[in-house]
Amino acid sequence: MTLEELELIVRSVRQENAAYDYEVNVCMDLACASQGAEKLRESLVAAGDASDKKIMVRRTGCMGPCSMGPLVRVDPDETLYSHVHASHAERIVQSLGDKPIPDLQCDLNEHFDKQVRVVLENAGYIDPERIDDYIARDGYKALLTALMEMTPYGVVHRITESGLRGRGGGGYPTGLKWGTVAKAGGDTKYVVCNGDEGDPGAFMDRSVMEGDPHRVIEGMAIAGYAVGASKGFIYVRAEYPVAVSRLTTAIREARRRGLLGNNLCGTTFNFDVEIRLGAGAFVCGEETALIASIEGRRGTPKPRPPYPAVSGLWGKPTLINNVETFANIPPIVRNGGKWFASMGSERSKGTKVFALTGKIKNTGLVEVPMGIKLREIIEVIGGGVSEGHTFKAVQTGGPSGGCIPAEMLDLGVSYDALLKVGSIMGSGGMIVMDDTSCMVNVARFFVEFCMTESCGKCIPCRAGTAQMYRLLSRICDGSATMDDLDMLEELCATVKETSLCGLGMTAPNPVLSTLKYFRNEYIEHIVHKRCPAGVCNIHAPAEVLA
Amino acid sequence: MTTFTPPPLPSDDKRWKIVNGTMRKNGFARHALIETLHTVQSAFGYLDDESIRFVAQSLRVPLSQAYGVVTFYHYFSLKPLGKHTLTICAGTACYIKGADKLLAESELKLGVTQGQTTPDGNVSLMTARCVGACSRAPVVLCDGEVSGEMSREQLIEQLERWTVE
Repeated sequence: MTLEELELIVRSVRQENAAYDYEVNVCMDLACASQGAEKLRESLVAAGDASDKKIMVRRTGCMGPCSMGPLVRVDPDETLYSHVHASHAERIVQSLGDKPIPDLQCDLNEHFDKQVRVVLENAGYIDPERIDDYIARDGYKALLTALMEMTPYGVVHRITESGLRGRGGGGYPTGLKWGTVAKAGGDTKYVVCNGDEGDPGAFMDRSVMEGDPHRVIEGMAIAGYAVGASKGFIYVRAEYPVAVSRLTTAIREARRRGLLGNNLCGTTFNFDVEIRLGAGAFVCGEETALIASIEGRRGTPKPRPPYPAVSGLWGKPTLINNVETFANIPPIVRNGGKWFASMGSERSKGTKVFALTGKIKNTGLVEVPMGIKLREIIEVIGGGVSEGHTFKAVQTGGPSGGCIPAEMLDLGVSYDALLKVGSIMGSGGMIVMDDTSCMVNVARFFVEFCMTESCGKCIPCRAGTAQMYRLLSRICDGSATMDDLDMLEELCATVKETSLCGLGMTAPNPVLSTLKYFRNEYIEHIVHKRCPAGVCNIHAPAEVLA
Repeated sequence: MTTFTPPPLPSDDKRWKIVNGTMRKNGFARHALIETLHTVQSAFGYLDDESIRFVAQSLRVPLSQAYGVVTFYHYFSLKPLGKHTLTICAGTACYIKGADKLLAESELKLGVTQGQTTPDGNVSLMTARCVGACSRAPVVLCDGEVSGEMSREQLIEQLERWTVE
């Protein structure tokens, strides 16, 4: 495949699409699919066949506002219909070329206006199982440009220039990581894509892998060229069967087109990708544990250094990046590092995808420029909490992150700002809580998660999280004393300081951040034996009731 | 160097050929252990002593390591599942929206705790660490089919439908 051949495909796809007067895009992501999107698509196809209009019905990845699903977007007018049912299919087909259907149309201009789509630029516009759809939207152009016109060093330089930082949550500068692997000696190197989205309450990576799988593969191939690796692995959770099947199809298609394999684009560069399935272990999101898992062993972490960039998979230099990081690569190579660096805040460049969930009106997937205020994400894009309730906190970073209270909503989203308030950027889960959520109970939920997911290798994490859970349970059921609270704080400090890997080191964060901002809720449970949110089941002793 | 001959298939059950196929595809390399165990579980529904032994011998992995891997990862099951499976998502978004109450309700209704199967082998009650449908929390999987915004009433109705069958 050469750039000219790529251009031919683009032209033929455009020609093919031009034969249709209307494009009806049906979101087939998990949320919409679970509400009958497949049946809806079939009805639309049937209705389209019956009518004399030239209609293409396309299934796409996640369009974003999942709470409005099933979603249908009609092009070229870009009319968005929400809560569409199979019985609406005929009306939609009839309305084409005429006025849109008012009772189905949804007005989400505010929701979309604040967003900037880089990673999700194709989501909702391409059929994830058709490589030509991806190519028609500038797909694989970045890979071929890099191969034909850039040196590996030039690619690394462009990534460094963009200021992209690891989207898995840690925020390590991507260019620096690539540079380290590129400089490491040896003939064999590996590129690994971390698709083990373990954060419970986040689904950005799933949506990217399912909705735009080629973008991840292209990003990995560019990385392979830049660091000198010829083999890549995508590590995907077994809980995401659709992502696995989409990626499998995408890899097969890319091989068939000569975009993966030997002598890409007539150069001496070889690159191929294999999928590895996770088997349900949160700790495997940690890079050394992930490597152990790819090697077929128990996913237990190793002390670093040596870092995987020097000695990783089978002892070879290995580049590990998150799905979203790789998904950012093609647009950066295409548009230049400066373009990417022009978005975002001073030390956090570009955009970030968040999975907005919990007690909020518009749940779903959003992509915002870094530096945007939390208030804008929650109140404007998310539409605020449901009526009659008040916003209490937003949780970012999953079990490694913290809860941010209402008074801090004017905080701009960036790696450093979130870290400063006791949370982390994390992979992108954003869970909104209102007055019906008990913060002690939430902290207990996360500690229980870390306790069961602890691999058991180091004692602070294995025993510490269990004791933290025991103390939090006592606070929740009303049997704790103030001494227990002191012990909990002391234990948090110990676990944070002495654990081997990120899981243990960050496990106390949900407790520490809720203690910092919602200490009165802990005191209420301990001293007054009551749960302000009415979540915890406290059996009040007789003297309190009397 | 002596050449390695993989052990014979445990029986002429066709599913062993599928398992063997996965190992052959990976050149009987040790790192294919997790891949192979996935194949066993999808073919047989669970992993028993015989299958773990067979895979360990074929890949020349110590039995202790194979057993260690099986018990380390939540996805692998050492027990067969019931006729139906109810999986309640235990992710954060689902928890915030009351998945714990759905779990308590199902445990009461079925008389088993999470991870167990009813004595008649009809329903297995499982929990999942987030299936990624967080925007429609709380989420429940009935025989693998995702249902979002699950209410207590809908859940009980579903369980009753399975008991009647």
